[in-house]
Amino acid sequence: MIENKEIRYTQEKNTKFEIDTAPNGIPLNYKVLNEKIHQAIQKGYEKVLLNEVCGQRFIGASLQGQIKLEIMGLPGNDLGIFMDGPEIIVHGNCEDQIGNTMNNGKIIVHGDARDVVGLSARGGKIYVKKNVGYRVGIHIKEYENKFPILLIGGTTKDFLGEYMAGGLIIVLGLEIKDDGTVIENDYPICGGELGTGIHRGKIILRTEENLENRLGIGAKVYELKKETEKTITPYIKEFCQIFKIPYDVMNEKPFKVVKPISKRPYGGNYCGNLI
Amino acid sequence: MKWNNYVSLSEKFRNQRVFDGCGISGFINLDGKRENGDQIIDMLSILSERENGLGAGFAGYGIYPRYKECYAIHLLIEDEQSKEHLIRYLDEIGNIIQSEPIPTKIPSNVDNPPITWRIFYEPRHKKSISDDEQVVKLVMNLNDHFNGVFVISSGKNMGVFKGNGWSHEIAEFYNIKDYKAYMWLAHSRFPTNTPGWWGGAHPFNLLGTSVVHNGEITSYGTNMRYLESFGYKCTLLTDTEVIAYLIDLLIRKHKIPVPIATMALAPPLFSTIEAMEPRYQIALKNIRATYRSAMLNGPFSVIVGLSCPKPTLVGLSDRKKLRPLVAAISENKNSIFLSSEEASFKRLKLKEAFNFKKIWQPKSGTAIIAQVGEGLLRNGMETPFEKINLTVEGDI
Amino acid sequence: MSLNHSIPSYFHIKVDREICRKCKRCTNHCSYDALSFNGERIVSDDSKCVACQRCVAMCPAGAIRIEKNDSFLPFHGNYTRRIRNIIWAQSGNGGVLLSATGNDRPIRTIFDDLLLDACQVTNPSIDPLREPIETKIFFGRKPKKIVFSEDPKKLNNISLKTEFMPNFEIDSPIMVGHMSLGSISYNACMAIYQAAKELNILAGSGEGGLHQDFYEYGPNIITEIASGRFGVDINYLQNAAGIEIKIGQGAKPGHGGHLPGEKVNTLISQTRMIPKGSDALSPYPHHDIYSIEDLAQLISALKEATRYKVPIGVKIAAVHNSAPIAVGIVRGGADFLTIDGFRGGTGAAPRIIRDHAGIPIELAIAVVDKRLREENLRDEVTLVAGGSIRYSADLIKAIALGADVGMCCMPVLIAMGCRVCQQCFRGLCSWGIATQQEYLVKRLDIDVSRNRIINLFHSWNEELKEVLGAMGIDSVESLRSNRDRLRYIGPNPKIADILGVKHAGE
Repeated sequence: MIENKEIRYTQEKNTKFEIDTAPNGIPLNYKVLNEKIHQAIQKGYEKVLLNEVCGQRFIGASLQGQIKLEIMGLPGNDLGIFMDGPEIIVHGNCEDQIGNTMNNGKIIVHGDARDVVGLSARGGKIYVKKNVGYRVGIHIKEYENKFPILLIGGTTKDFLGEYMAGGLIIVLGLEIKDDGTVIENDYPICGGELGTGIHRGKIILRTEENLENRLGIGAKVYELKKETEKTITPYIKEFCQIFKIPYDVMNEKPFKVVKPISKRPYGGNYCGNLI
Repeated sequence: MKWNNYVSLSEKFRNQRVFDGCGISGFINLDGKRENGDQIIDMLSILSERENGLGAGFAGYGIYPRYKECYAIHLLIEDEQSKEHLIRYLDEIGNIIQSEPIPTKIPSNVDNPPITWRIFYEPRHKKSISDDEQVVKLVMNLNDHFNGVFVISSGKNMGVFKGNGWSHEIAEFYNIKDYKAYMWLAHSRFPTNTPGWWGGAHPFNLLGTSVVHNGEITSYGTNMRYLESFGYKCTLLTDTEVIAYLIDLLIRKHKIPVPIATMALAPPLFSTIEAMEPRYQIALKNIRATYRSAMLNGPFSVIVGLSCPKPTLVGLSDRKKLRPLVAAISENKNSIFLSSEEASFKRLKLKEAFNFKKIWQPKSGTAIIAQVGEGLLRNGMETPFEKINLTVEGDI
Repeated sequence: MSLNHSIPSYFHIKVDREICRKCKRCTNHCSYDALSFNGERIVSDDSKCVACQRCVAMCPAGAIRIEKNDSFLPFHGNYTRRIRNIIWAQSGNGGVLLSATGNDRPIRTIFDDLLLDACQVTNPSIDPLREPIETKIFFGRKPKKIVFSEDPKKLNNISLKTEFMPNFEIDSPIMVGHMSLGSISYNACMAIYQAAKELNILAGSGEGGLHQDFYEYGPNIITEIASGRFGVDINYLQNAAGIEIKIGQGAKPGHGGHLPGEKVNTLISQTRMIPKGSDALSPYPHHDIYSIEDLAQLISALKEATRYKVPIGVKIAAVHNSAPIAVGIVRGGADFLTIDGFRGGTGAAPRIIRDHAGIPIELAIAVVDKRLREENLRDEVTLVAGGSIRYSADLIKAIALGADVGMCCMPVLIAMGCRVCQQCFRGLCSWGIATQQEYLVKRLDIDVSRNRIINLFHSWNEELKEVLGAMGIDSVESLRSNRDRLRYIGPNPKIADILGVKHAGE
């Protein structure tokens, strides 16, 4: 078992715990780091601060309840995998697969995230300030009161919302600088094969670009309807509040909606004759 | 005696497993005092109903006090050329301290006897690999790849003498009675159908571990494939080879205490384990799970001689008690005897060599362990962790 | 007028009008609409009959017989009836042909070419009824060695230092394979899980999640994480005997899954945690696994998520390079490895893949076991083999070739009443097994089915003990990879070579 004495207690608040994840400049192994988080939570702490994180994987894996993890540095792959409730705030960039199969909770990234953000997530929110990579929001779902929301401040790449089975992806196409200024992003808002295989849910992109030739199989572009706009506004407002940007910039470009053509994109592809 | 097939089985019987019934005997002097070979010869030859003249052998521990720091490599060699080749090779890779014939009495009518040779050898010390491991590799290499040569033992201050014949003939041939040892093991053999070969007789040895064995291991294939994972080459196709390697693996390589290692080889039944207290259950279940491929199945009784960590004599039978094993302690309590039949002890008593304080039959699947300087550690009547103070440190 | 290009029917339903009571029970029980009552008599539509035998079993007069209709197609040894049917079906529909159960091509089964050894003279056989023979095994990862420390001053003070990984004890080396609620009915799942609990063996959840009602059987269930992640949440992960990452299955290696929305009823919706009526598509690969180190990452993630308390395994289909793939998986940290042979079953798979992809499980076990040994990894991991283990003989031979556990599905379904009509993907199973339609599901009696499964595996275990006894082995651990106790009598010595088994007589 890992010894408790290595965990430093801070006096700031009794509910907050600080873990030096790289004592003497040497990053802890992810098993040790995660065990420390679990121990802190077991002791009743609700806020845990991780300093100097350097690529450690699986932070926040399967955590439940009203926990807040604040990460200074670079968390490794599968941040918040299977997470069910807590909030993770990352001051920096993330690696692949944040929010993998997340059930509930919130991940806020003050930087970039890489590929496969929110893989198969059933619920929860992922807000990324800057850009993300390939296959973002792949196979996100929804169920009863669970409704995953991915909100990306910058741009995305190919296969956005592949196999999408529910939930909401919003991409703003902005470049939010570290000093808080906001300009339009120079890069395309998304790559090819947009929403390929989507059979439920919506992808909403703030753009004037022509998306038709980038659509994947089973996806179609629509204009934003008033009632949809109403449902997305609270999330965008929350995003603006978190990253301290003015809401006005949203009005400078229209929103487009990508939705499935049908619930059964491949329904006619199979034949069950008696052979 | 059969004056052929010294270093390998004849071609037509290669790749066939050898099945045999046997007589086994052994004893240890707990003070480390050395006895000459007379007693072990008598213990074994009284069991002549258990042999058919196709193989016998002896192992003596403490026979080479002058060279006790060297590996005593006992060899059967086909011809002079192979011998010269081997000596040149050993000289190249290590140090030969002494190289000499093992004295034998060759009957006058035999014109092609084997060359019986011993080399007291020291490997060159290396940081990357222990001396023991070097010698193991050497033995595997010689027996696998060197034509005309077969290593029959490789331990320190010990040696194996074996061949294809009746036990009394082998004893005579090697002058067994002239050697003095604190621990002796002996074996006579009743192979089913394969004409024996000299190297295939028992005891089987690797470093300080020698095994004599009676019975047939039905788990042979499982055990063999397990050992191959750890780099052992089971070329002799006998159960005994497999037992010797398993003991080497558990005790020398994995450093498992001897009593525990015997619990891996002959584990208690689950029904027994589940009636025990939790820490014993944890230990035994994990031993069984981890070493499930090392478990010996089928009928067996074995006598094992070990020179590491301390000179030790071990007797063990299968957990269903399908092969015989009896034990005795001398009247002055300084010697422990094991044999297939009590007749071996009676023979010693008749010739007034020993009187016995007690003769008993150890429990099935329960080891009897006697160690020089420590005495009779386990008498084979205990429950698994009786006399052992076990603590479990890991997470339960 | 257009030509009739329909596929000639396979079966002919013969109703004996003499004894038919016109009770119409058969028409009620036929879920494929092959039987109806025209006001005067029972009429049959042979083209719809799948020979599921439900009408035969239900007819109180014993008036119905299903006959084979094979006499009228011109004979051709190469363009067999099956090939012609495939062409007619595809030219009529244009889609990918679906199929169910396992590969039905008449390819020689290697298990049938293997013979078992028995003791004579040199060692005694064991009477399994009167002497103990053990079939319990440990499911999970084992350390390579156990570390003890001995007190040099007091030899009898021994302490056990090794930290052990989670292992689950099962009473018999048998596992019911992964069939999800969705591919089979609630009643079928319930019968299987109850039987597994009673027998203390394992059963797979399939990739569709685990319904709340089945949580109490969790200690005997291996839950599955597939590319769709359906029904996966922390409770699903922590309430299991083990978690299996499904990379592939024998019937459809390299293929995803697809449960059409119309089958997603309330029950399936709750289990998979998706809205009612929504398609459940499993992507072809896991999109967090594009290479072996990514698999290692998901294994580690699951271990983290379950706080190292549950064994994590990986299932692959037996394909051409199974051996090195298996080594990678074990190196990647898998506690158990499941291999599913090319005959493995499915509720729905493209026929082209089911019938033509993969390799036999016998060969896969042999090469995987051998390669893991060469890398000194074999004994650390539990090897589960399935696809297709039909009866105890196959189980015994699979273990002797090197498997720890034999996994099977079809025998369980057949025990419950399946007639192997191979129409599972249509969801109309008249026996209430491979269907979600309530009126059909309730035909399957849970108690009866559970008892039949218990009986089946009890008899397998007894037969396993009989064989062990005859071999003079008193624990199944000593049969595993004991290939010396097998001999080959088939036509192809190369197979014997790959299996590491001698020819009979050798």
